[in-house]
Order: sequence, then structure tokens, then C-alpha cells
Amino acid sequence: MGDAGLSEAEKTFILHSVQDDFREDGRGNEDFRHMELETSLISNTNGSARVRLANTDVLVGVKVQLTPVDPERPEVGRLEFFIDCSANATPAFEGRGGEELGSEISAMLTRAYAFPGAVDFHSLCVLPGQQCWLLYVDVLLLECGGNLFDAVSIAVKAALFNLKIPNVTMTKDEGGVELDLSDDPFDFKRLDVSGAPIIITVNKIGHYHVVDASEKEEECSLARLMLGVTEKGTITAMRKEGSGSLDPNSISDMMEVNTRFLCLPGI
Amino acid sequence: MSVDIRLASSRPAGADLYHGENPGNIVTPGDIITADTGFMRGHGTYMDDECLHASVAGTVERVNKLISVRPLKTRYNGEIGDVVIGRIRELAQKRWKVETHSRMDSVLMLSSVNLPGGELRRRSEEDEKMMRHYLKEGDLISAEVQNVMSDGCLSLHTRSLKYGKLGQGSLVCVSPSLVLRRKTHFHNLPIGASIILGNNGYIWISPTVQDKSEESGGYETNLQPVSKSDREVIARLRNCVLALAECKMLLFDTCIIYTYEASLKYPVKDLLKPEVVVEVVDLVRQRLELEGS
Repeated sequence: MGDAGLSEAEKTFILHSVQDDFREDGRGNEDFRHMELETSLISNTNGSARVRLANTDVLVGVKVQLTPVDPERPEVGRLEFFIDCSANATPAFEGRGGEELGSEISAMLTRAYAFPGAVDFHSLCVLPGQQCWLLYVDVLLLECGGNLFDAVSIAVKAALFNLKIPNVTMTKDEGGVELDLSDDPFDFKRLDVSGAPIIITVNKIGHYHVVDASEKEEECSLARLMLGVTEKGTITAMRKEGSGSLDPNSISDMMEVNTRFLCLPGI
Repeated sequence: MSVDIRLASSRPAGADLYHGENPGNIVTPGDIITADTGFMRGHGTYMDDECLHASVAGTVERVNKLISVRPLKTRYNGEIGDVVIGRIRELAQKRWKVETHSRMDSVLMLSSVNLPGGELRRRSEEDEKMMRHYLKEGDLISAEVQNVMSDGCLSLHTRSLKYGKLGQGSLVCVSPSLVLRRKTHFHNLPIGASIILGNNGYIWISPTVQDKSEESGGYETNLQPVSKSDREVIARLRNCVLALAECKMLLFDTCIIYTYEASLKYPVKDLLKPEVVVEVVDLVRQRLELEGS
């Protein structure tokens, strides 16, 4: 749809529908849309996933690479996020249009995954002090239909779950250690993602809190709160978006809505 | 609260799309339609090596010697007399630019709208200044295609009381090729909602309004809350239309009503699930076939 926005009457209609706890498509305020998940669909990545949430379509590929360790933290591996906003998704992404959104999403993901329990960063270290795995997480936005952050975070978690890290054999020879990557496609290890966070966005529409807002509903919401939460209930990141302000009470209400989704079925 | 995640591999296979039709009718870009040179080249085709090829994905249609391909997914190609739904994009000198899912923004001239105060009123400079008061950016309108310019740009008019600004309701966007051309595109459904099937693939579902006041020319919108029961009907209709569109069924009033009836045994939000969609649409398809339409 065009970016001219909604008419006054449509906004009123959506506002009242949220009040009635019966949204435009029949969902309640705390219902997610139907989600479809597909994993290991790109053969030249080490792990990949695609999430389709109604109209939102996200493709994630993870590549692993051996790199020298970060001298400040010599015993852990690293994660790097990159978001590509394809102009196929919306014409607004053409040229450099999607860059801002892309860096916002990657900043949010980086922050959410920055806490020590997210993934086992120590297992990503191959040779402490020298070599570690660097995971390049590439996200491609294929279609935008609202609630982008949540869909991206779920796709990233699924892709990390799907990740196959080849085993490395180390041989000592004169002067140093030689690393040998296994060629056998079945000789790999998995990454434990049970602690990986997902992002849940709560939109404030009128006086009510709505999850998984469609594009139209997002346009009606003045403020939204995004939280990175893990299965255990740890909040790893928080971000507020939108022009509206939030008072402390509604923030805690929104956080409550957020944490209620922790019983999400593990992928 | 509910969350519903499943694997793409468990998606229901669905009924076959080409049900009841000859599947040979469907082509993809580059397919050879015929090597016979006795035919004429229509829309969606091109000549190469003495053969007629398809340039879009869709169904082949033949009228006497003319072969054309009707694309499944397309921008809207307007024709005079079509009913369309559009959204006001910008205001310009004596005209509104309207987004109608066409390749270019359509034009609605100030002189081709009904202004409050009678049809035969002279349009003054005052009216020009009041344009944003009548229709502003973001407003939805229903209109009729008055003219197609040489570059494909559409000029619209709303000079009838059935056209004009739309109030509260729900807009659904589907492919324009899925809307069946009919005598009437405005329907007051007996279930308590009105639906406008725009030829451009925009479908407007709203609560039925009893009396449209003529004095304001339809520019006043009612912002009173819609009752919950009306809202439920609208939401169900919306999901039904999307379900039909997902299964690539042609949209017209009867099949929408049938889908609505077939869907009544499910709660509205279950109609977002693929297996329910397939089941409901299959029932409708059988019923339509039974009645021979």
C-alpha cells in the first residue's frame, strides 16, 4: 500500500477494534498471526531459516568463518549481524532507503545477543587466544507486513539452531598449530540456542497493548516497546520506538505482556 | 493469547489450482503458446523465432485470431466504467492524485466530484481552497474510471451518490485479476455488511449504512464506534476474501457469501490458518460446482 497513510476513519476503526479486543482479522490483542518456519533451505550456508508471519517474510543465513580472536576477549567466539533490506520488500528500501532500518535491527539483535548466556560463546572458540569462529548472520527482508523485529529474531534463532559448525582437528607442527577443517558434511557440531533471546514487540494503541501488529496497526500506534527475552525470562535488551511517550505504569504493563510469551514453544 | 508456529513442510497440500480447467491453458514467461503464424499477438505475448511466446505468467485467452495472456498477478489496467477503490496520495492544482494499484497514480479532477450543495453548482475558487477539507491525503474513495489517457493514467470521477469518500471499515488488497467483472460491484450483503469489489483489486468491507445524507455530499464520516457484532462480520468477511484470494478463486458476491456461510463453524481468527482456509474454500468450490456457476 502507498505510504500516504490511513484515513481518519480507518484509524478510528482500528482504535475501537483494539478496545473491543477484537482486531481487524479477528485476533485478540495478545494473539500472534500464523507463522511458518522453514530451516536449512540454503545449501551454501552453514545454517539457514525462513520465517513467514502473514505477510512478513524473512530469510536468514549463517556462515561461519575462522578468524583471529578479539584480543580483549581471547576465549570467546563472535556473532555479527547484517540486515539486507531488499527493495523487493517495499519500494522505500530502494537505494539507501533501508539502511537505517537495517542498522536498527542489527543493533537490537547485537544487544539482545550480547549477554553471556545467549549462546555458548566459549564453544565457538577453537584455539583460545588465537582462533575462534565468527558467525556471520545475514538477514534478508523479503516482504514487510508488520512486526518485523519479532519475525527477524525468530528466524535468527531458528537459523542458529540449524547451524552446523564443522569440526576442527588440530595438529601441532614446528612453530605452531595447524587447523584442519573437516570435509565430511556429517562431521559437525551444533550450537546450543536454548538461551538465545527472541524479540517481542508490544505496541501501544490507545490505552491498550497489542502484540504482533499488522502494518496498519503499527501506523496507529504511537509508541512500541521491544524486549529481547529468553526462555528463562531474562530480559536481555529493551528498546522503545515511536514518537509517543510511555508512562512508567504502562511500561511495566507492557513488560508483563512480554514475559507472558515466554512459554513459546521451543523451536 | 495464542502463538501458532509450524513448519513449512507441514503445510497442507491444498486443492489443485487448476481444478476443472484445462491445465494446458496456463503458461509461464517464455513458454511457446503456438508456432502457428495465423494468430495475432495480444497483450502478454511476444513473437520470437516465428513462435508466439508468453511474456507473463497466467492463462491463455483466445478471441478469434487474437491470442493474449491474462496475468495472474498484475498491476491494475483500467478500463472505462470500472469501479475502483483508491487512496488520496497528494493534492495538486484542481485535482487529487489517487493511488489505485495502477502503474501510475490516477487523477481525480475537482470538476468530476460531487460537491455538497447540488450537482449543478459552479466550482469557484473557494472550492479550490476547500479541497483538502473535502478529501485529504490518506482518505479512501470509491470512484469510477472516466477515461484512460494515452499513457495509461486513469482519470476518475465520483459524480454519483454511490461513489465518494469511504468511512470506517476494512480494506483488503488482492490481485486485480481475481475480481470478476460484474454488472454491479456494490453489494449490501444480507449479513449486515456492505462490500465494494473494486476492479483494481481493492476490496472495501464496511458496516451497512442505512441513510446516506445528501446534504454533506458524503464528506462527513461517522466516527462512532462500530458495534462488536458488525465488527465480527467485517473481520470474518475480510478473512473469507483473503482465503478465496489465497486459493486463487474469482471473487464475486455469491462466492463470498458461500465462504462466509461455510466459515461460520470456525472462530474468526482460525480463518488465518492454512488448513482451515483450504477446507472452507474446498466446500465453496464444491457448492459452486453443484450449482453450475
